[in-house]
Amino acid sequence: MSPLKKIILIFILFLVCLYISLPVKKPSKIKINNEVKLGLDLAGGSRLVFEADTSKISSEKKASSLESLRNTIERRVNLFGISEPNVQTSNFQGKDRIVVELPGINDTKEAQVLIGRTAQLVFAEVVEIPDKDGATPSASLKPTDLTGADLAESAVTFDQNTGKPAVSLTFTKEGGDKFAKITGNNVGKPVAILLDFEIVSAPNVQEKIVGGTAQITGSFTLDEAKNLSIQLNAGALPVPVKVVEERTIGATLGAESISKSVVAGLVGLGMVMLFMIISYKGLGLVADIGLIVFGVITLALYKLIPVVLTLPGIAGFLLSVGMAVDSNILIFERFKEEKDKHSLVSDALEISFGRAWDSIRDANIATLLTAFILANPLDWNFLHTSGPVRGFAITLALGIAISLFTGIIVSRNLLRLFVKERKEKK
Amino acid sequence: MISEAWPTASVNWMKYRWLYLVISGTVIFCGIFSLYKWRLKLGVDFTGGTLIEYKFSDGKKQVFKYSPTDEKDLEKIRLDFKNQKTEEVRFENVGPSIGPELIKKTITAIIISAGGILLWITLRFKSFKFGLSAVLGMFHDSLVLVGSFSLLGHFMGVEVDFLFVTALLTTLSFSVHDTIVNYDRIREIKKKSGGELYDIANEATSETMVRSLNNSFTIIFMLLALILLGGETIKWFAVALLIGTVSGTYSSPFVSVAILVTWDRLEKKLRKI
Repeated sequence: MSPLKKIILIFILFLVCLYISLPVKKPSKIKINNEVKLGLDLAGGSRLVFEADTSKISSEKKASSLESLRNTIERRVNLFGISEPNVQTSNFQGKDRIVVELPGINDTKEAQVLIGRTAQLVFAEVVEIPDKDGATPSASLKPTDLTGADLAESAVTFDQNTGKPAVSLTFTKEGGDKFAKITGNNVGKPVAILLDFEIVSAPNVQEKIVGGTAQITGSFTLDEAKNLSIQLNAGALPVPVKVVEERTIGATLGAESISKSVVAGLVGLGMVMLFMIISYKGLGLVADIGLIVFGVITLALYKLIPVVLTLPGIAGFLLSVGMAVDSNILIFERFKEEKDKHSLVSDALEISFGRAWDSIRDANIATLLTAFILANPLDWNFLHTSGPVRGFAITLALGIAISLFTGIIVSRNLLRLFVKERKEKK
Repeated sequence: MISEAWPTASVNWMKYRWLYLVISGTVIFCGIFSLYKWRLKLGVDFTGGTLIEYKFSDGKKQVFKYSPTDEKDLEKIRLDFKNQKTEEVRFENVGPSIGPELIKKTITAIIISAGGILLWITLRFKSFKFGLSAVLGMFHDSLVLVGSFSLLGHFMGVEVDFLFVTALLTTLSFSVHDTIVNYDRIREIKKKSGGELYDIANEATSETMVRSLNNSFTIIFMLLALILLGGETIKWFAVALLIGTVSGTYSSPFVSVAILVTWDRLEKKLRKI
C-alpha cells in the first residue's frame, strides 16, 4: 500500500473517531455513549466501604455468606434508583470488604442506614380483607413471629414430583415449631416470604408441615432458585457490617476539577506543540498532527470501552501525551544524525524509524508492565483493586498503546508523503 | 531549542562519576535525614480520620481535618457548618484499617514492578548488570521523591495521600523508560563498533542527551500546566510527578549508566588480580 493510501485510511479512522468523540447526538442505532463516563471524583457522589465481621462464621460458609451479603447490599443499593451504582467485594489479609459507589448521592447518612441494615427475613400470613361493595377483594400481610433468625439453612433442591428446581428451608427447632403452627393455621392459603420488606415468594400451603423443613416450589429456573437460596441464607446469616471508609464529593467540586484540568490540559498541549515546532520545525508539525490524531482516538476509545474517567485518570492521559511525543523525539533526533550519512532523505528517514523502534518498543513495554501492575486487571487481592491508582493506570496504558500507533504509523506515513512531494518539486 | 546549540562532540561524562555520586548522595542524604527526623506528613488516607471541605458563601473554600473522632462530634460539626450556610463540597472519612493496607499493597506493587522490570531488562539486554543498574536507578528516584515529600511536609505542610502513591509508582516506570532508551544506544554502539563500556557509555550518553532533555521538557510542560492551573486537588500530585520526572531524567545516565560503568570496571580490576 502506498503512503498516500495509508494516509487516506488514517484520515478516515480519524474522522470516525472524531465523530465518536464529539458530543453530538448519534442515531439511536449506534450504541455509543454520548458523554465520557465520569468517576465519582468528577461527577460527584459517594463511595462507602463496609467491612464484614465474619469472625462468627465458619470458614466453609464464609464465601457463600459474603456472596449473599454482596447480593443483599446490591439489592438495597438498587432501591436508590440511581444510575449505575457499583457494588464489589474486596478481600485483603483476612478482611472482607464491600465497596459501594453511588454516583450523584451526597447524603451518605441515609445510604449507610439502608445498606448497613441486617437482612430481614419475615414470614407473613395473608389476611384477606373482604371488600364492602363486593368488588375485588384486597389482601394485607400480617407478619408472624417466624423470621430469618429461625432459619438454619437454605439450599437449592429439586422437586421430587416435577423435577424442577426448588429451594429448601431448614428451620431451627424453635423455628420448626413456629412453622408448624403457621402452616396449620393457613392450610389452603398462601404464606408470604418477605425479604427486606419485599415479597420474594408466596407459596400456597397444602398441609400442616412438621419436622422443621420446608420447600419453596414455583416455576424457578435453576439460577432463580440459586439466587433465592442465597438471599434466604443472607437472611439466615446476616453478616454484621461496619463502615470503614466514606468519601463524598460534591458535584460542584467535580465540575470545577473538570474545567480546571481541561484548561491545564489545553495549555500544556499547546506548549508541547509549540515546543515541537520550535525544536524540529517541519518535523515538529508532523508530530503535532500525530498528537491531534492521538487525542481524538483516545477520546473515542474512552467512550467505546468505556473508561471511567477520574481525576488521576486525566493526569494519566496528560502524562501519556508526553510519552506520545517521546516516540517522535526519538525518531527525529535519530533523523538528524542519519541525515548526513545518507544521500537520500527518504533513506535516512526509514533508517531512523527502524533504529528508533528498538528503544521505543523496549521502553514502552517496561512502562506497560508497571501500568499493568497498577491497573491490576486480574483483581489480585494483594494489589490495589479499586480507586484512583487503577484509574490512572488504565488511561496511562491506553495512552501508551495509542501513542505507539500515532507516534510510529501516523507520523511515518505522513513523513513519507511529505519527503516524496518535496523531491518531486525539486 | 537546545538541540541546535548542544555540543555533539564526545564529552567524557563518565569521568565525573564522583560528582554524580556527590549530587545524588547529598539529595538522598537530605531526604533520609528528613525522613528520620520528621518522617512523612501522612494524610487521612493513611492515618484514618475525617477531612471535610467547605465552600463559604463568599466562594472561598477551606479544608478541615479531624482525627478519628466519634460519630456524634462529627455530626455536630457538620450541622454547625450547615447552619452557617456553607456548602459541604467534599467529605472523606477513613477508618484506621485502610492505611496499613494501602502501604502493604504499595510495597507489593513496587516489588512486583521492580522484579518484572529487572527480568525484562535482563532478558532484552542479556545482562543482569543492566537489569540491576536500572532497578537501582529506579530506587534512587523513589528515594529522591519520598525524601522531597518528607521535606515538603515539614516545611510546607504537604501531606502524603493516595495520589502520592500513584505518583511514586509512575516515577518507577518513567525512570526505567528513560534508562532503556540510554541502554538501547549502548547496545547498538556495542554491536556496531565494540570497545570499552566506559567509552561506549560516554558516546551513548552524548547521543541520547538531547532526546532525554527534550522529552523531559514536554512532560514538564504538561505537569507545569497541571500544577499552575489544575486546581488544588491535583497540585501536589503533579508536583510529585514533576520531581519524579526530573530525577528520572537525571538518574538514567548519571545513576544507572554510572553504576553500570563502575560495576564493569570493578569486575575487570578484580579479574586482573
